[in-house]
Amino acid sequence: MLRFFFSKLFLIVPTFIGITVVAFGFVRVLPGDPILLLAGERGMDPDRYAALQQQFGYDQPMFIQYFNYVLGLLQGDFGTSISTKRDVLGEFLTLFPATLELAIFAIIFALVIGIPAGIFAALKRGSVFDQVTMGAALTGYSMPIFWWGLLLIILFSGVLGWTPVSGRISLLYFFPQVTGFMTIDSLLSGQKGAFQSAVSHLILPTIVLGTIPLAVIARQTRSAMLEVLGEDYVRTARAKGLAPRRVVGLHALRNAMIPVITTIGLQVGVLMAGAILTETIFSWPGIGKWMVDSISRRDYPVVQGGLVLIAGLVMLVNLTVDVLYGLINPRIRHR
Amino acid sequence: MALLELRNLSVTFDTASGPFKAVDGVDISVDTGEILAIVGESGSGKSVAMLALMGLLPNTATVTADVLTFEGKDMLKMPRRDQRKIIGKEIAMIFQEPIASLNPCFTVGFQITEVLRQHMGMDRGKAKTRAVDLLKTVGIPEPERRMSAFPHQLSGGMSQRVMIAMATACQPKLLIADEPTTALDVTIQAQILDLLRDLQRDHGMGLILITHDMGVVAETAERVVVQYAGQQVERQHVKGLFRTPHHPYTSALLDALPDRATGDRLPSIPGVVPGQGDRPEGCLFNPRCAFADDTCRKVVPPHQSDELGQALCHYPLNRKGAAA
Repeated sequence: MLRFFFSKLFLIVPTFIGITVVAFGFVRVLPGDPILLLAGERGMDPDRYAALQQQFGYDQPMFIQYFNYVLGLLQGDFGTSISTKRDVLGEFLTLFPATLELAIFAIIFALVIGIPAGIFAALKRGSVFDQVTMGAALTGYSMPIFWWGLLLIILFSGVLGWTPVSGRISLLYFFPQVTGFMTIDSLLSGQKGAFQSAVSHLILPTIVLGTIPLAVIARQTRSAMLEVLGEDYVRTARAKGLAPRRVVGLHALRNAMIPVITTIGLQVGVLMAGAILTETIFSWPGIGKWMVDSISRRDYPVVQGGLVLIAGLVMLVNLTVDVLYGLINPRIRHR
Repeated sequence: MALLELRNLSVTFDTASGPFKAVDGVDISVDTGEILAIVGESGSGKSVAMLALMGLLPNTATVTADVLTFEGKDMLKMPRRDQRKIIGKEIAMIFQEPIASLNPCFTVGFQITEVLRQHMGMDRGKAKTRAVDLLKTVGIPEPERRMSAFPHQLSGGMSQRVMIAMATACQPKLLIADEPTTALDVTIQAQILDLLRDLQRDHGMGLILITHDMGVVAETAERVVVQYAGQQVERQHVKGLFRTPHHPYTSALLDALPDRATGDRLPSIPGVVPGQGDRPEGCLFNPRCAFADDTCRKVVPPHQSDELGQALCHYPLNRKGAAA
């Protein structure tokens, strides 16, 4: 098991090198100059421009800039934002809980609905439930996030007035940040109505961000379940006189979850991409919105650092999923 | 009263191209402590009949029978919940592909103790002790260590032993073995058959052995039912069947045994078992039968007398031998 873990860990090294190259190259390929954007509309004196270029190190050859950047990364230095002059890692850590909270709610939303829906669709294959669910899943999967988000805002916030339009909590509430999770902090604050406000702000973003993972997980669960239900060991379980609930929920589901877990791991990347759009639509103060803002400011250190941090996180989650995969699938663990 | 009594059992599958009768009017009865073999080629509906008894067929299958009783209890009319108290406890079944029949995600120990806890109400500790005993009984070395093994770590023969341990865990009155040795190496086949026979004798249980291998029948069974295309074409005691087969299909199966072949080439039965679309008129065996005439091609044959093995044939063989 330990060897399995380390072999996976070892694979991360080349991936990480690749990510730094892409993150570094990506922002520099974008047209636009961070220093000129800093100056604003009235332009900048050439001497001042040269001085600033030197200050940020952008006058040096590309490979030296890259080298310095990686050297900094290895020492845990993710650079300093050009526009806010704040430490990139610090900004990331401040904003990340908002994204994490949203992502956790979205993935829970996707799992809690997606897995049972997939199971029942498989059990009632060809039924109206199956067809409606899979049709809905296909629609959800094909729905552009920003459009879906706007539709929901128009209906639930605009027409019905049930949910707030943007932000994480009503401005009426103020309390210190403890965990960074608005739902937990609002409970800790003990203020009346704060928790309800935090949850009501989460509902629409959660649905918007969770829709694609939900659709993917439901379809994957259904097809995995269909395959597993035809297996000999499911017949054995039934021949043992076990209740259908146990046959499906334990013997079949455990096997069907193996491909589904892989899918869930892959959805984390999708979730991060979706967070950028979702946070922009709902003015959610997380790292997605932060990245979009930084890209439009050509804030090289933030975009570079943010990309590496997000990619690192996705890798970490995938590593966890691989380990989990080994735990649930004995054929991987004992080889 | 027979342990298991099946009369006029039929199973029809709803398929995209219409209904398909996989089992057509089969009669089977088994007594306690008796070994019955059901013989036939692939596609003759041997397994389907037994899966119907176990309630393991998909819901596209319709099962009908005049009588379907186990220890006098009507299995067809019984609610599913009550059936499950008999299935796995009183009637157990093992299958053709032992490796695929074990759940890859659970240990051998878990899969055996699960039955004990389900039907015998044993606690974890008791069930574990009993499971180790069972593994020892079926001839698995180092049973304690094997308890924590996963199926993919076992060979085919070992897996079938585990399946047998699991099936006999609650000391069933009837064990159905569906081609238990087909997927195994020849050397292992004999061991598994010996094991089944020993267990059958020690526990005095009824054993239904489904097979296409006449050699296995000769070694193991007491009575034999021969099935062809879902129909029961002959039933006899094993000695009589081998000495004086009455149905041409039985005779052809026996001729295909290497030990009994006389010429240079091993005889075979031309053609295959008819499927859904190509069922012939009259006798279902007529296109492959060496003795078929126009009557066989037009008229559905009757079951002959008990003396003639109830052969489903217009012209049963060895009429004289039967009288003796």
